[in-house]
Amino acid sequence: MSPPLITYSHVGKTFDAGRVVAVDDVSLEVCEGEFLAVVGGSGSGKTTLLRLANRLIEADSGTITVEGEDVRNVDPILLRRRIGYVFQSGGLFPHLTVAGNIGITPKLLGTRPAEISVRVDELLDLVRLDRTPYRDRLPHELSGGQRQRVGVARALAARPRIMLMDEPFGALDPLTRDALGDDFRELHKKLGLTTVMITHDVTEAILLADRIAIMCDGRLLAQGTPSELSKSDDAYVGELLRTPRRQAERLGALLPREGTA
Amino acid sequence: MSTFADPRWGEALGHLPDYLGNHVRVSVAALVLGLLVSLPLAIIARHRPVLRGGLLGLASIVQTVPGLALLALFYPLLLALAALSLSWFGVGFSAFGFLPAVLALALYSMLPVLRNTITGLQGVDAAILEAAQGVGMTPRQSLFTVELPLALPVMMAGIRTSAVWVIGTATLSTPIGQTSLGNYIFAGLQTQNWVFVLFGCVAAAVLALAVDQLLALIENGLRNRSRFRATLGSVGIAALVVATLAPNLVRPQTNYIIGAKTFAEQYVLSALMAQRLKAAGLLATKREGLGSNVIFEALAADDIDFYIDYSGTLWANQFHRTDIKPRQELVAELKTMLARQNITLLGELGFENAYALVMPRKRAEQLGIRTIADLASRAANMSIAGDYEFFSRPEWAALRRAYGLSFRGQRQMQPDFMYAAVASGEVDVIAGYTSDGLIAKYDLVTLGDPRHAIPPYDAIMLLAPKRANDEALRKALAPLLGRIEIATMREANLRASGNDAASSPDAVAQWLWEKVGKK
Repeated sequence: MSPPLITYSHVGKTFDAGRVVAVDDVSLEVCEGEFLAVVGGSGSGKTTLLRLANRLIEADSGTITVEGEDVRNVDPILLRRRIGYVFQSGGLFPHLTVAGNIGITPKLLGTRPAEISVRVDELLDLVRLDRTPYRDRLPHELSGGQRQRVGVARALAARPRIMLMDEPFGALDPLTRDALGDDFRELHKKLGLTTVMITHDVTEAILLADRIAIMCDGRLLAQGTPSELSKSDDAYVGELLRTPRRQAERLGALLPREGTA
Repeated sequence: MSTFADPRWGEALGHLPDYLGNHVRVSVAALVLGLLVSLPLAIIARHRPVLRGGLLGLASIVQTVPGLALLALFYPLLLALAALSLSWFGVGFSAFGFLPAVLALALYSMLPVLRNTITGLQGVDAAILEAAQGVGMTPRQSLFTVELPLALPVMMAGIRTSAVWVIGTATLSTPIGQTSLGNYIFAGLQTQNWVFVLFGCVAAAVLALAVDQLLALIENGLRNRSRFRATLGSVGIAALVVATLAPNLVRPQTNYIIGAKTFAEQYVLSALMAQRLKAAGLLATKREGLGSNVIFEALAADDIDFYIDYSGTLWANQFHRTDIKPRQELVAELKTMLARQNITLLGELGFENAYALVMPRKRAEQLGIRTIADLASRAANMSIAGDYEFFSRPEWAALRRAYGLSFRGQRQMQPDFMYAAVASGEVDVIAGYTSDGLIAKYDLVTLGDPRHAIPPYDAIMLLAPKRANDEALRKALAPLLGRIEIATMREANLRASGNDAASSPDAVAQWLWEKVGKK
C-alpha cells in the first residue's frame, strides 16, 4: 500500500468556547492516489475535518500531517496554494471571468500571464468546457454544473497532488451530478490525485470513492471500502448502507429494463 | 427676455470663473482629503466593532453640527495651531480661507464614505471570503483583489452622497474667507440682489448635479463591469476640474485684499474702496461676507489688507471693555490699543453705525416713548428682534443693566427683514443700525440712549500690520476719511437695499463717490 499523504491523529476541534464539539478524537489516514469520501449528516463534523487539513480551521488538539509535514509547521497560505479546494457552491469570484477565476492561484504564485493563459486553456479542456465561449464569461452567466466545473479547474490550476472537495456536486440536478462525478473520478485517476470528498449522499460515496469514512457527532464511526463497511456491526453504519441498497432494489422493481439486455 | 436684460446677470457671470474655480478647488481638495482619511479608517474598522461604532458615531455627530458652525469652528482652531506652529517651529500658515474650509468640509464628507465602505465590505458573501482564503490569498490580497472590487459599487454610492454634500456645504465657506459660489448667495441676501442669490443657488446645484451624474456613470460602469462607462465618467470629472481650475491659474495675482462683513453697508464700502484703489492704479480683490470675528483675526494675521470696522464693536467685543467713552476719546484709545497689535487705525469715515433701539414713529408718539428709559416701563408687554449676534453682544447686556429692560420675548432675524417686521407690527422694537436707510423708508424712529449704555460706533478704516507703511495705499484711501456723513450713508444703504440693477454695491459705491468725492 502507498504511504499516507494526509494523516489525522487524535484530532479534536470545538467551537463556541468548547460548547460545540465539531471533531472528537479523530484518527484517519488517506493514502496517496486514494479517493476517500467522508459521509455524515449535517453537523457531523465532516466539513470541519476537511478544513483542518489546509488550515482554513486550526485544530485544538492532535496532529495533522500533509505530505509528511505537520501542518502547524507550514505557512497556511503556502499550504493552501498547493492543495486544491473545491467549494460547495463553486465559490467563484463573481467579478472575475472564468479565466480569471481559474488562473488565480498560479497568479498568486507569480506565474507569468502567458503561461497562465496556456494553463487555463488546458484546464478548460480537462473539465470539458469549450475554450472560446467560456473563457471570458462571468460566473453568473454559467449554469450550476458549468460553475462547478470551473471550480474544479481552479482547484487544479496549480497542479496540486491533493484535492479537498466540500460537497462539490450537492447542489446540482441528478444528471449533471452524475456526469460531473464520473468526469472527476476520471480526472482523479488520470492526474494521480489524492482526493478527500465530503458528501451526505452515501450512494455518491459508494459509486465514486475507494474508501468511505463515516462521521457522526464529530466522531469517526467507521472507515473502509464499501464491502468492508457492510460487515460493520454499528447500527448507524448499517442503516446508512442499507438505504441505497433498498432504494436500488425498489428502483429495479419500478423501472422496467429497456432494450434486449 | 427683459428679466435677462438686467445687467446683474452679466455681473454675476463675470464672477463665475473666480467663484466656481474656487468652489471646485475647495470641494475637490476636501473630498480627496476626506477619502484619504475615511477609506483606510473604514478598512481598519470593518473587523473591529468597537472602533467601527466609535467612528460612525463620531462621524454622525459631525453631521449634526450645522455646516456654518463647523466651518466657523475651524477658524479659531487653526489660528491657535498656526500660532503654536510659529512659536515652536518658526513656520506659520494661513488659518484663513482655504485651509479651514478644506478641513471642515473633509470632516463633513466622512460619514457617507465610512458607512458605505464598511457596509460594502461587510456585504461581501462569507463563502467568497472563504474561497479567497482557500485559493491561498493573504488577507491583503483578499482585500485588494476580492473584497474592495466587490464593495466598490456600494462605496461609490457613498462617495456620490459625500460629493453632493461637500459641494452644497462649500457655499458656507464664504464667511471664513474662502471664495465660493456662496459669495453670490451671501452678497445677494445682504444687498437684496435676488439675481445673485438665484445665480449662486443654481450654479451650486448644477455643479452638484453634474458631479453626481458623472460619479453615477462611474458607479454604473463599476456595477456592470463596463470599462467604457467608468472611463467616460472619470474623464468627465477630470475635464470638469481642469476646466474650472484653469482660468484661476492664469489670473493675475492681486496685490490688495479688501475684507467685508456680511451686510449691505460693508458691501458698498468695500466696493467703494476697490474703486478708489483701481483709480489709483492698484490691483485689489474683495473678500466679502466674512464673519465679524473672522475678519479682525484675518486682518491681524495679514490675510486681508484692510477693511472697515466700527469702534464700539472692537471696543466691546475685541477688547472686552464695558466702560463707555465719548466718540473721539474712544477712537483715540482704540488706536493705541490696535497699534500694540501692529494694526493701523487709519481714520474715521465720518459716520456712526451704532446699534439703536428702533420702533415705528407713530407708535412711539402714541405711547410717548422717546428714549430707552421711556421704553423700559412698557417693555414687559413688548417683543424685540435683533440680528444674529446682538443678543449675545455686550451692548445688549449693558442696555439691560442700564435701563432694567425686560421684554416679553426676543427673536433673531436676518437684518434686512427686521425693519419690515417692526413696521408691520410683527415685533414691537428692533435693535437696528443707525446708518440703515430702511429707518427712513419705513418711517421708524431711533430711541435715545440718555444713560450712554451703547458705545459710539464710528466707522473706522483698519490696515493690516504688513500695510502699516504702505504710502500708495494710504494715499488711495485718504479721500474717503471724514467725508461720509450719516445721512449720505443712510441714503447709500437705502439704495443698496433695492432689488434692481442700480442697487448693486458697485453702482451705489459710484453714487456715493460722486456725493463725497467732489467735496
